[in-house]
Amino acid sequence: MKSTRQAIGLTLAGALAISTLAACSSGGSGSDDESSGSDDGKVTLSVVSLLPGSEQEAIDAFNAQVEEFEAANPDIDVVPEEYEWKATTFAPQLAGGTLPDVFEIPFTDAKTLVENGQLADLDEQFRTLPYADRFNPAILEAGTGADGHVYAIPAKNVYGVGLHYNRALFESAGLDPDQPPTTWDEVREYAKKIADANPGVAGYMQMSQNNTGGWQLTVNTFARGGRTQEVADDGTATSTLTNDGTKAALEWLQAMRWEDNSLGSNFLLDWGTMNQAFAAGQVAMYTSGSDVFTSLVQTNALDPSTYGLAALPLEGDDAGVLTGGTLAAMPATVDEAKKEAAIKWIDFFYLGKLVDEKRAVADAEVLVANDQPVGTPVLPMFSQEQYEQNQEWIADYINVPLDQMTSYTDTMFDLPLVGEPSQKTQEIYALLDPVVQAVLTDENADVDALLEQANTEAQALLDQG
Amino acid sequence: MTATTAPPRRGPASHARADRTGRRRSPVTWFRGGGLSNLVFMLPLILIFGVFSWFPIVRAVIMSVQETNLVSDPTFVGLDNFRQVLADPLLGKAVRNTLYFAFLALLFGYPVPLVAAVLMREVRRARGLYSALAYLPVVVPPVVAVLLWKFFYNGSPTGVFNTILGWVGLGPYPWLQDASTAMPSLVLAATWAGAGGTIIIYLAALTSVPPELYDASEVDGAGLWRKIWHVTLPALRGVLFITLILQVIGTAQVFLEPYLFTGGGPNNATLTVLLLIYRYAFQNSLGGDYGAATALSLMLAAVLAVFSLVYFRLTRSWSTS
Repeated sequence: MKSTRQAIGLTLAGALAISTLAACSSGGSGSDDESSGSDDGKVTLSVVSLLPGSEQEAIDAFNAQVEEFEAANPDIDVVPEEYEWKATTFAPQLAGGTLPDVFEIPFTDAKTLVENGQLADLDEQFRTLPYADRFNPAILEAGTGADGHVYAIPAKNVYGVGLHYNRALFESAGLDPDQPPTTWDEVREYAKKIADANPGVAGYMQMSQNNTGGWQLTVNTFARGGRTQEVADDGTATSTLTNDGTKAALEWLQAMRWEDNSLGSNFLLDWGTMNQAFAAGQVAMYTSGSDVFTSLVQTNALDPSTYGLAALPLEGDDAGVLTGGTLAAMPATVDEAKKEAAIKWIDFFYLGKLVDEKRAVADAEVLVANDQPVGTPVLPMFSQEQYEQNQEWIADYINVPLDQMTSYTDTMFDLPLVGEPSQKTQEIYALLDPVVQAVLTDENADVDALLEQANTEAQALLDQG
Repeated sequence: MTATTAPPRRGPASHARADRTGRRRSPVTWFRGGGLSNLVFMLPLILIFGVFSWFPIVRAVIMSVQETNLVSDPTFVGLDNFRQVLADPLLGKAVRNTLYFAFLALLFGYPVPLVAAVLMREVRRARGLYSALAYLPVVVPPVVAVLLWKFFYNGSPTGVFNTILGWVGLGPYPWLQDASTAMPSLVLAATWAGAGGTIIIYLAALTSVPPELYDASEVDGAGLWRKIWHVTLPALRGVLFITLILQVIGTAQVFLEPYLFTGGGPNNATLTVLLLIYRYAFQNSLGGDYGAATALSLMLAAVLAVFSLVYFRLTRSWSTS
C-alpha cells in the first residue's frame, strides 16, 4: 500500500518536472524556432490587427478583411494579433520574438533596426509590387538600408501633425467651430475662453509622458521655426535644444498654465491617455498626427460630430509641420515563405487599396458595413494625384466628417513638412519629457536652465554616436 | 561487516566519521534511504526555481559586465556599466526619492497597521468583519487599486478628494500633478493597499499574548495605554522587527505606484531606483541598456543585503521575546 502510494507520488512529481521542462523549453523559443508551414502546407502569418481595446465593430471589419484575404490566398493562414507600438515594449518584444510576423514601426526607428540586423530584408518581395517604383522617394527612404535594400515598407500611414479640437466645447465658449485658431496666440486665447466656460476642462493640453512630451515639444518647436538638432555632412550631430522655437514653445505653455490656468488639471498624459481625455471631452484642443481620428473612433468611442481638425499654426521663418509615419517590417529571423506571404498581406491590407480602384472600393465597403471610419486625411505615400484619385474612387463611402476638417485638408498639400530628428530620436524625446512636465507643474520652472541642462544631456547622447 | 568481527572500540566521533565516509556514500544506501524519491519530489521545485530565479540572477550578474541588446553578440565591458550608472545624474535623484518614499512609508505606513491591529484586538464584537474590511484592499488587484486612486486624486476641483475637502473649505490640491505632493500621495495609496496584510500578521501575533498578562496588569491598575505599552508592544517585538525590515526592503524596491500613477513624473519627482532600472532597460525602443539596468539591480541587491545583515546583527539581542 505504502509502496503504491510512493510510486504514484513519484510518478506525479516526475510528470510535473517533465511538464515544467517542456513548458520552459517551448516558452523560451523565439520566432526563429517557429515553423512557418503547418501540416497542410499552409503558411501561418501573424499580423498586426488593431489597437488593444478596440470596439467590436472594428474587430468585425478586420476579421472580414482577413476572411477575404484567406479566400484569395488559401495557402496562407492569417493570425491577427492586437498591437500598439510602444517605446517601452517594442525592443524586448523584438528581442524575445513575441512580435507578430508583420509588425509596425515608426519611420524614426527603421534605420537603426536595419543597422543592428534586426529586420528582414524584404527588397526582393517589395520589388514584385507593381507600384514599387511609384512611392514618394523621401518616404521610401525611411525604411531603406545603407545597402539600398528595402527592409521596412511604408504601410499604415504618413501623417502631418494637426490641431485637433472639440467643436462642442468651442460652441460652449461662444467660439465658432468652423473658425479654428490659426496662430498660437489664438490657440491660447481660445483655450482660456473654453477653460473659463467649462470648469475642469483643459482648453488646450500637450502630451508629456513616455517620450511623447519630447515628441510634441519638437512639433511645437518646428511650428515656431526652430530645430532641435543639426546633422553635418560627415554625420556628426549637434543638439540645438536651446533654440528660440523650443524656448518660445515652453514659455507659451508656461503662460497658459500659470497665467491663464487653461490646461486643466492632469499634466501627465501620453498618446493613449490624451486620446482618452479628448474623446471624453476633458481636453478641448491638442496636437497629434492628422490620422488620429480613426483610433479615436475605434478605441475611444469619439462622437464624430464633436470633432474638428485644423492645420497647425506656423510662425517664424522656416516654420514646419512635423511629419512621421508607420512602416511594416518583419523580424530578421523569418524564412522566405513567410516573406512571400507577408508581401501579399501588406499589398492587400495596407497598400493595394491606395492604388487599385477595385481594392479601394472593396476595402471601403467592408469598413462602412462595420461602421468604421473611411476617408481620414493622411499624407500621400505616392503622389498628390494618386491620393486625389483614390479619394474619388471611395467618394461614395467616405463617412468621416471631412467638412469639419477643411482647415487642415485645404492646406495639407502645401504644408512645409519636416521629418522627425534623425539621431537618438526616442532617447532625446525621453529626456525632454521632464522638461515639459517641469513647466507644467512647477510655477518657478526656469525654461532657460531646463533647456541648457537638456541640451547638454542630448549632446552627450549624440556624441556616443 | 566489521561489526561481526572483533571490532576495535570506537569513540562516538570516529563512529560518526565512519557513517559519513562509509554508509552514506554508497549509492545503494542512498537509494534505500529514499534519496531518489527525495530528489524526484524536489525536482519540480528545483526546476522552477532554477529557471525562474537562479538562472535570471546568474544572467543578471553576467549581463552587468556586458554590453548587449539581446540580439547581437554581447561584448565584455568590465565595470563600465557600473561606472556609467554611478555617473548618471538621475541616480542621485532616484536614490533620494526612494529614501523619501521609504521614510514616509515608515512614518505613516508602519504605525497604521499596528494601531489598527491593537484597536481591532480591543473590539469585542464583529472582529471578523473588521479583519475582512482591513484585508479587502489587499484582495483588490494592484492595477485596479491604482486606477481607482488616480480617479480619487483627480486634481480638478471636481475630483473626489478635492470635492470632499472642498466641503470644509480646503483645496483644491494638485495631488499627483505637483512635485511636492506627488510622493506623499503615492505613499498614502501604498499604505492603504499594503496595511491589510500586516494587520493580519499583527492580529495573529496578538493572539499569542497570554491573557493573564493583561489580567495581571489590570489588577495592578494599568489603563489601556499602559497595557499596550507594557504588555502588547513587548510581546510583538519580534514580529515588529521582521515587519520593519520587510517594509524597508519592500519600499526600497517600490515600482508599481510610481510607474502606474505618475511614470516617475512630474519632472522625475517620483522616479525611484527600480523605475530607473526599468527605464534603463525599456525606455529606448531601439534596444535597452540592459547592462546598466542589471548593474544597478545588483547594486541595489547588495545594499539591501548589507542592510539586512547589519540590521539582524544589531537586533539579534533585542528581538528574542
